[in-house]
Amino acid sequence: MADRVAIIASKGTLDMAYPPLILASTAAAMDMECAIFFTFYGLDIVNKKKYANLKVAPVGNPAMPVPVPNMIGMLPGMTAMASKMMKDMMKKSGVPTIPELITACHELGVKLWPCEMTLGVMGINAEDLIPEVDPSCGAATFLEYAMEAKVSLFI
Amino acid sequence: MGEGADIKADSILDVKGLCCPMPVVKAKKAMDAIEIGQVLEIVGTDPGSKGDMPAWAKRAGHEFVGASEDGEVFHFWVKKGK
Repeated sequence: MADRVAIIASKGTLDMAYPPLILASTAAAMDMECAIFFTFYGLDIVNKKKYANLKVAPVGNPAMPVPVPNMIGMLPGMTAMASKMMKDMMKKSGVPTIPELITACHELGVKLWPCEMTLGVMGINAEDLIPEVDPSCGAATFLEYAMEAKVSLFI
Repeated sequence: MGEGADIKADSILDVKGLCCPMPVVKAKKAMDAIEIGQVLEIVGTDPGSKGDMPAWAKRAGHEFVGASEDGEVFHFWVKKGK
């Protein structure tokens, strides 16, 4: 059996969407089997309406390139501004976009598993998700897969 | 220039301007398109590739046959193993 990588993506901000997709596409390029389980806010990474427009949180984020006091970060428009800054930085450095990484993962055979339970809790339907996703599944399916994985990550 | 300068490539992949993980992702796809024993030359500008290309080649079952640096441009030669 090929070496296996099992990843849980639990966050829906732009900065937290990159690591699971970068690691999964790289693992697949290295001939490893890989699955990403998208749960809670991580579902936004495979949400048709949201995945191309994920945001950076300027509040409670001391690592902003230009430090923003939380009081200022709360103001209307600050999230959009912080997100645009991050996207511009990424583009300048030649980092792929989230949709480009999803395509790479899909083409390389990475399994993209939406969490069945959180879809229900958050009122998300199968048709709200991008067509690249695999059928939704539960914790037991992920754990059964992860039991055989050499690398398992919660992001 | 480095040790790879004299190696003849059967195929050349240009990933200049791209950064992690795209050089490795594109190298995998380019490797799928050539025959076992043929050599792929990857030309890029991502400094991270200096470590990533040998690691990728090893894991994916290929032979890393050489590398060279030409200013900000890096060349890697990888022989398809399987």
